[in-house]
Amino acid sequence: MPVRIANNGKIWQRYDTTTRLRLWGGWLGGTVITLICWQLIANRTRWEFAADAPRQLAIFLQRVFPPDWSYINQLWQPLWDTLTIATLGTLLAVIIALPLSFLAARNTTPHPVIRYLTLLIIVVSRSVNSLIWALIIVAITGPGVLAGIIAIALRSIGFIGKLAFESVEETSREPVEAITATGASRLQVLSYSILPQVMPSFAGISIFRWDINIREATVIGLVGAGGIGLNLNATVNLLRWDQAGMIFVVIFGLVLISEAISARVRQAII
Amino acid sequence: MLRIEQLVKRYPTGDTALRGVSLSVAEGQVVALIGPSGAGKSTLIRCVNRLVEPTSGKIWLRDTEITALHPRQLRRIRRRIGMIFQEYALVERLSVMENVLSGRLGYVNFWQSWFRRFPQTDIDQAFTLLDRVGLSDFIDKRADELSGGQRQRVGIARALIQSPDLLLVDEPTASLDPKTSRQIMRLITELARERGLAVIINIHDVPLAQMFVQRIVGLRAGEIVYDGPPDGLTPDRLSEIYGAEDWGASQATTAEQEPSLTAQE
Ligand SMILES: Nc1ncnc2c1ncn2[C@@H]1O[C@H](COP(=O)(O)OP(=O)(O)O)[C@@H](O)[C@H]1O
Ligand SMILES: [Mg+2]
Repeated sequence: MPVRIANNGKIWQRYDTTTRLRLWGGWLGGTVITLICWQLIANRTRWEFAADAPRQLAIFLQRVFPPDWSYINQLWQPLWDTLTIATLGTLLAVIIALPLSFLAARNTTPHPVIRYLTLLIIVVSRSVNSLIWALIIVAITGPGVLAGIIAIALRSIGFIGKLAFESVEETSREPVEAITATGASRLQVLSYSILPQVMPSFAGISIFRWDINIREATVIGLVGAGGIGLNLNATVNLLRWDQAGMIFVVIFGLVLISEAISARVRQAII
Repeated sequence: MLRIEQLVKRYPTGDTALRGVSLSVAEGQVVALIGPSGAGKSTLIRCVNRLVEPTSGKIWLRDTEITALHPRQLRRIRRRIGMIFQEYALVERLSVMENVLSGRLGYVNFWQSWFRRFPQTDIDQAFTLLDRVGLSDFIDKRADELSGGQRQRVGIARALIQSPDLLLVDEPTASLDPKTSRQIMRLITELARERGLAVIINIHDVPLAQMFVQRIVGLRAGEIVYDGPPDGLTPDRLSEIYGAEDWGASQATTAEQEPSLTAQE
């Protein structure tokens, strides 16, 4: 009990004595573990390499700068592919994940067994990184933009599905009861009482994932799944660091623009 | 028209909300259901349209035994039972018009409702009702832009557009100020009379119930302990319903407030 009786009245403290001791112990333990880890890392570092790092960085920057500006002419198509992969991948994921979210949410699922199956799909999708999905899909479909789209979609289904079903579970029950009481069918109840409540968050989640997917789509080319990552891989293999530098500049610009768009859209929704 | 026999509701949590309630409501009759919080008023009216599944007992609406219906038949009978809620239960992000038309969902198919292609007769009726409840200037407003009293008017229009035979009303005024409360009670009872609807109104405000309703049913701990006219509610009866309380004193103060409140309207 945080309230104690002392000789001159009641004393209130935020935590009682055992909780305070536990908190203390927690902080102490955390500090000790941090120090031990620090020690381990220090022992296993080759300090000659670490000391060399600034020089290596300088050399790297010299190779990258100035970027090969003319190389941009060969980047428009990969850039477009990247955008396509991210956008179509997100769209595909949205089309699959939003209906799934109604099967996964406790308050809308038709049956607990269906709910657990859906949750399984969501977990599997989430637990594999886009790059790994891309590796798998490229092995099946061969390299190219299609592989990229599917890889991005497979990873995004879990992300969108999870956030979406959580927002379905947070909807208020009263409108659902009211619409049910009119004699509406289950689908009508969903579309008239739950959907309007979750539309803003569905839109926000989708655009947020699109923004993430733009960045992921620049990477999955490394394993052959299309987009600007293909070029990055090629230029690095050819040691054309000036061209790689140009690619970095382009990716940076793309990410900035997508950030701005998604921020603008999310603001408009809320 | 509504007949409830030996209705029992035990929640999975173990709470027994209704202990064998029997009640009949005649065509066009307005009944106020009073009783302390937790008496089982909400549970009782929710059993009627089976938003809550009764544990045992039977409910008839005219010749239909509601308690024996399959889901599809239940949806059909629900169209004939309008419901009005304490917290209005509107869909906040839909417009006033959409909220009212949602009362017709039981009569249209999924795609009609998805594309908002309601029959013109429904739309005409929505305009008429919105006019009747005094909201003709708010048709395109979103429900979350309205005040409490206005929202409840939308709730009333949504229930009435169902063309129900029976209206279930759960504490319609509990979230409203005294003046708006009376306007809403007046609106509900007037509309019920115009349309010859049977109504059950849950209400904890006894003077308000006495003002508008001819028959009062008192519920206490899941059992009916009073069923009669408003002026039969003596302080003794009220103590029986609500438990020991100085009813004489509280009624005296409401009586004093009455004239000034009426004058304001
Ligand atoms: N969904 C529920 N689950 C469990 N118990 C409930 C539920 N709804 C109501 N109850 C219980 O049933 C009793 C009657 O509640 P209710 O019908 O809401 O009364 P009233 O509307 O008169 O205040 C209370 O004891 C309440 O705790
Ligand atoms: Mg209640």
